[in-house]
Amino acid sequence: MNAAVSALRGQFPLLAAAPGMHYLDSAATAQIHGAALDAVIRHETTCRANVMRGTYALAEAADRAFDAARHSVARFLNAGSAEEIVFTAGATAALNLVAQAFGNTFQAGDRVLISVAEHHSNFVPWQMLRERTGIELALIPVGADGVLDLTCLLELMGSRCRLVAVTQCSNVTGAWTDVAAIVAAARQAGARVLLDGAQAVQHGPQDVRALGVDFYAFSGHKCFGPGGVGVLWGRAELLAAMPPFLGGGGMIGEVTPALTTWAAPPQRFEAGTPPIAQAVGLAAALEWMMTLDWAAIREREDALCRQLIAGLQRIPQLRLLGPVAAAARAPIVSFDIPGLHPHDICQVLDGHGLALRGGHHCAQPLLAALGAEACTRSSIALYNDEADIQALLDGLAEARRTLL
Amino acid sequence: MNDSNALYQDAIKQMAQAAHGHGQLDSASGEARLDNPLCGDRVRMQVALEGARIAAVAHQTKGCLLCRAAASLLGARAPGQDAAAIEAVAGELDAMLKGAAPGPAAWPELAMFIPARAYASRHRCVLLPFRALQAALGKVGAGATANAAENHGEIKGAL
Repeated sequence: MNAAVSALRGQFPLLAAAPGMHYLDSAATAQIHGAALDAVIRHETTCRANVMRGTYALAEAADRAFDAARHSVARFLNAGSAEEIVFTAGATAALNLVAQAFGNTFQAGDRVLISVAEHHSNFVPWQMLRERTGIELALIPVGADGVLDLTCLLELMGSRCRLVAVTQCSNVTGAWTDVAAIVAAARQAGARVLLDGAQAVQHGPQDVRALGVDFYAFSGHKCFGPGGVGVLWGRAELLAAMPPFLGGGGMIGEVTPALTTWAAPPQRFEAGTPPIAQAVGLAAALEWMMTLDWAAIREREDALCRQLIAGLQRIPQLRLLGPVAAAARAPIVSFDIPGLHPHDICQVLDGHGLALRGGHHCAQPLLAALGAEACTRSSIALYNDEADIQALLDGLAEARRTLL
Repeated sequence: MNDSNALYQDAIKQMAQAAHGHGQLDSASGEARLDNPLCGDRVRMQVALEGARIAAVAHQTKGCLLCRAAASLLGARAPGQDAAAIEAVAGELDAMLKGAAPGPAAWPELAMFIPARAYASRHRCVLLPFRALQAALGKVGAGATANAAENHGEIKGAL
């Protein structure tokens, strides 16, 4: 095993305990880093108290830890301030928050533009908004390689586009979105941009100001943090103008029988007890990520991606979904082998210590557009190496022998 | 890890490949389409009755080997049965997959699915054709396809 990868792998408790495991499903859930796990345990055993409520020392410690977590996320995203960071239950909750709080200010006939390549979590909330408010929902198509086709972007936006909500990279094909082109067109049309960063964050820190978007959503469990926590970043002026999504404790200014006023963001969008220890764990994961040499990691991930694609292309009849060039995609590689169902493939691969996902990957419109019903997905993260890729290629040969 | 060789034994592969009952009926007494929302597998099942007994079934199945084998087995064994018998077999199959029950004595071929016991995520693959046939039998005379019976709502509208 590559020494750098071996050192990284040793920092992930599950992988350290299972040296024979070839975990290639990080697009679904990345493994938790030891620092994140330690931070959760440390918080729960030394600082566990509710936040924003208590005046005793323990509660003050919990407040400080939660505030520090918000600042860590802000640094990871290069946000303008920590007040632009809203903790949610995950990326899905963050996307729904925008669809509810921002979307409910839209009028019938306003338009939201999404893409065919969206995960259902950035698809269904907009269909639900259409049901509630009568907005129009338009779709950016994809080319045969799964890359968003932006040739008709301005026409698709029309004259009343309020929001373009797209993925930063596909959870099926790994294809990167040309965010700069979308932001430029959206500015021209007077629309805001929401970027679903769920698949991007495990491949390095982000810069929301450089991206030029207005909202950014991601999940903790996809960037080596705990589950049950996610983030919505929004521009301060947009968050300030948005009504709350959920009502409850912690999000109010004052409650009287006649009238309730709202707290300022981000608390306005964090009704009830937030995922405190999870946020602290997420912050530890992000702080660790910010110490890494991401240029070197990307180079290694791209090399593994090329190794995998080259091996897959030697399998008879295999159809690769998404762009062939490694630079055009995150290291997520999905494929279809006629006559072999992805569930069966994954079952055989599991017998060889390989963890992959088969199915529609919560992206049925994309699979339909690509003419596939299901596919097998391999997703590569910083703890994978050449042995994982070779094991997958060997496993696929075995799957063909077993299933055909 | 699992023993995939035990699961993908010849009996299952041959049953799936035989695809008994694959196709469409000219005239169905009832029909249903069921999806497995986890993976997108889909079974469209038609049934023709003579009195209370199943005269013929036809299915169009898009799914894994386990799902296709179960649909094929139904295509071979369901004719001649009535709704109560299908329900009983489906219940016994469910119990066999979930625990130590031996499986339906009347349909010993279903023992081929015993290796799937260890994989709860695959139980629905085996059961989907049975649930589709049960839904089709429940729709006899209704004249409509029961789509995605496990869903409780839907969003419609052109994009």
